[in-house]
Amino acid sequence: MNQTTDRLRLAYFALATLVVVFAVYNAFAQGDHLGGDIGLAASSLGAAIAWFVHRRLAAKHVPARSLTDLRGDGHVDDKLFKLLAVGAATLVLLILGLIAVTMTNRALPVLRTMGIKFFTSSTWSEHDGVFGALPYIWGTIYTSAIAIVIAVPISLGVALYITQIAPVRLKKPLVYLIDLLAVVPSVVFGLWGVLALAPHLGRSFLTAGIILAIMITPIITSLAREVIETTAQADKEAAYALGATRWEMITAAVLPHSKGGLVGAVMLGLGRAMGETIAAALVIGSSPQIALSPFKSGDSMPAVIANQWGEASDLQKSALIALAVTLFVMTIVVNLVASRIVQRSLAKSRGVGG
Amino acid sequence: MTIPELSTSLDLRARPSWRRTKNTIMTVLLASTVVAIAIPLVLVMISVFAKGGKILFAHFPAFLTASIPPTRVAGPGMGPAVLGTLMTTGMATLIAVPLGVLGAIYLNEYGGQSRFARTVRFMSMVMTGVPSIVMGLFIYVVWTLHFRLQGFGGSLALACLMLPVVINAAEQMLRLVPNGLREASYALGATKARTIVTVVLPAAMSGIVSGSLLAIARAAGETAPLLFTIGAARVVNTSLFHGESTALSARIFENAKEAVVAAQDRGWGAALALVLLTFALTVIARVVTAIATRKR
Amino acid sequence: MVADRPAESATTSASTTSKPPSNVPAMPVRPSMVDGLMTAPIVYTVEHLDVYYGAYKAVRNVSMEVRKNQITAFIGPSGCGKTTVLRCLNRMNDLIPGARIEGKVNYHGVDLYGADVSATEVRRRIGMVFQKPNPFPKSIYDNIAYGPRINGITDRSKLDEIVEKSLRGAALWDEVKDRLKASALGMSGGQQQRLCIARTIAVEPEVVLMDEPCSSLDPIATARVEELMRELKQKYTIVIVTHNMQQAARTSDCTAFFTAELDKAGQRFGQLVEFDVTAKIFSNPKDERTENYITGRFG
Repeated sequence: MNQTTDRLRLAYFALATLVVVFAVYNAFAQGDHLGGDIGLAASSLGAAIAWFVHRRLAAKHVPARSLTDLRGDGHVDDKLFKLLAVGAATLVLLILGLIAVTMTNRALPVLRTMGIKFFTSSTWSEHDGVFGALPYIWGTIYTSAIAIVIAVPISLGVALYITQIAPVRLKKPLVYLIDLLAVVPSVVFGLWGVLALAPHLGRSFLTAGIILAIMITPIITSLAREVIETTAQADKEAAYALGATRWEMITAAVLPHSKGGLVGAVMLGLGRAMGETIAAALVIGSSPQIALSPFKSGDSMPAVIANQWGEASDLQKSALIALAVTLFVMTIVVNLVASRIVQRSLAKSRGVGG
Repeated sequence: MTIPELSTSLDLRARPSWRRTKNTIMTVLLASTVVAIAIPLVLVMISVFAKGGKILFAHFPAFLTASIPPTRVAGPGMGPAVLGTLMTTGMATLIAVPLGVLGAIYLNEYGGQSRFARTVRFMSMVMTGVPSIVMGLFIYVVWTLHFRLQGFGGSLALACLMLPVVINAAEQMLRLVPNGLREASYALGATKARTIVTVVLPAAMSGIVSGSLLAIARAAGETAPLLFTIGAARVVNTSLFHGESTALSARIFENAKEAVVAAQDRGWGAALALVLLTFALTVIARVVTAIATRKR
Repeated sequence: MVADRPAESATTSASTTSKPPSNVPAMPVRPSMVDGLMTAPIVYTVEHLDVYYGAYKAVRNVSMEVRKNQITAFIGPSGCGKTTVLRCLNRMNDLIPGARIEGKVNYHGVDLYGADVSATEVRRRIGMVFQKPNPFPKSIYDNIAYGPRINGITDRSKLDEIVEKSLRGAALWDEVKDRLKASALGMSGGQQQRLCIARTIAVEPEVVLMDEPCSSLDPIATARVEELMRELKQKYTIVIVTHNMQQAARTSDCTAFFTAELDKAGQRFGQLVEFDVTAKIFSNPKDERTENYITGRFG
């Protein structure tokens, strides 16, 4: 009936048929744009690969060999499979490399025109061909900082509550609540922010910061939960045995142990906040200025890219891409530092425990 | 017969103290953080379901199938966006999931702790931190500039976002497969490729499926990568390769910027559709995990 | 040198030890029994086998043979190389990075580690049952059919036949014949191990290697597996590693006793101390270390 190999074979047949049908449809449906040809080629290639893999995996009847003929048949399918797997893994490196190379390449025109002033000047005028990124860099940093200030106490509080205080029956629903928050697409938060929140609070750094805070809280909470739960039960019991109240136990056993991991979790949230585009774009106000008051409108890197792209000139597009590269580097650095911290603290806790 | 000294020393009732008060205060504070995070979620959900429901459920199938009316015109219509989301996300899944699973197979079954494998793992982690807008611009530069605005570009961008997530989830699932199964397969004379495909993968399949579903849910909600790659169609486009497309997320973004109430209403409806889609995918993922754990 | 030893042990009656140890069932050594055992055709010849893990020489200078339709047991304390040598017999050690051998493992005269020998082919002729039962998370039927499918058998009725034959051969048929489609993971430990045995014999190997097959089973399941081994011996050649020397004494025809020693550099290595007909090992061991082990003075 349904054994694995039969099912696999069926799946390959289905996939190959699907891909062939798709390719044929694309070929005949409309015009002959180059993109369509590429699509056709890709579909055919996909079908060919699927068919080929299916044939290789199909059990062949192996002629009976003598007991001592141990030569084997070269195992082509084994080597092919390994090649496929290695290729897929290399793709990651390839894509990252391509991102770095092509984006920097595209950003060069504006950097050649502006030099280092790109990062220090505050004037951004397409009209004059002058592009200074400082207000946008400021906007990104400022809104992310506001987001962190709001999100950290809340997410750490929720994490502590779920792991230490919540009655057992509440734990699962609370975790589901947090996961629900994480799944809601950011653009929905943006929509709510601009249509429901902004009318009351106006468009400003603060409003953007609040939306970002709502979005990064589930991320920080989940990671913080993981880290907190690695606290050794023995340490907690030691605190209780000395007569500590629950809060005293938390400050004595849980927090010192989890410090590193919690910092890492916060930084991961920071990285996410910095890169978040849509919510920021809608509520930040789109008036690039370096202001200290959170109630003023501003602009941030991803927001200006999203908002200005549609009608940008070539040099302006180059400037926007340069902004993207800057953002890329900033978020990478934050993420790297964050994961080092998290890794080190998780390793330490595993090393000590047991 | 009471012994005064003993009776006082045996008094184990809680005594009022600053420490206990502090404990209560902190407990209340921590509980209030939960309320603090629940409030926005509830508010958002109410808005989405109330405002979105008004247009989505009132015009039930029409909303999901009709073309997008011009901005100032009232009325339902998100058909092209629904189709666009399904098609771009579907194609992205077709690209990212097999490649991601293969990559994870390399990392866990072939690469192990070799320098190359560790580099790939590290880079995959770095890749999860790439902002989605950067991914969108990247695909713009390498694909859209050459092949014009088309749905497939959006799929490529989404696939780049999904790839490291799938690799990570799949590798964890493969790692959980006990080594004894591999040994049993080898001892029966199976090649490594066959062992992986017929024993290891099926054993890890439920976890891989649920992890992929979560990645798909996230991709369906992404906006930024699509803004630069798929264009903004208002009518249904059944081809990913010819002509511009649109998607629910992109339309929500556009409509959110409009001052016209009619467009905003459609935005809420699209938001509800998108939220329902992502919720459905997440629930299915959890169900898959639950069935698999129960079977074990 | 290897051929000399059997003859030597058959005729030497002078022993270095006195009485047979008391905790081993008395087994009188009849010359005819010994002769019969020692003339069975040879399946494996192991010559001066060294096993390296990287630079570390873990097992040194093992020489012995395995004969057809016999049960050969490897006994000895933990960590003395029994499992390592066993896994050399079907090249399972290839799976451990850094593992290599020097010396020869001859299978019907063919060097198993020869240049053009495929490990996969080797494993199709030599099956292995592991210490912890490891059925695939598939149905009972698919577990047994896995091996034949590798060998290209896809015809449904042929597979049905093989599945029934293997399950009968593992004394499991009556218990599961009504639920062949049920998951293999729903069986008890003893049943799972018998399923693994059935899975192994489904491809009709010549040799079945067993690595402490009963160590995770309860005594009743153990007894059933031992009984199974005695039946299987008629069709297959069995090599079993066991911690339980009474089990070896009960079931095996020939026994190889391994032990661990420290070399001059203080490194631990395993070596073969004595290899002989089981009856002789347990009633009249030649080496003092063997005697110490079987009388329980260490191990």
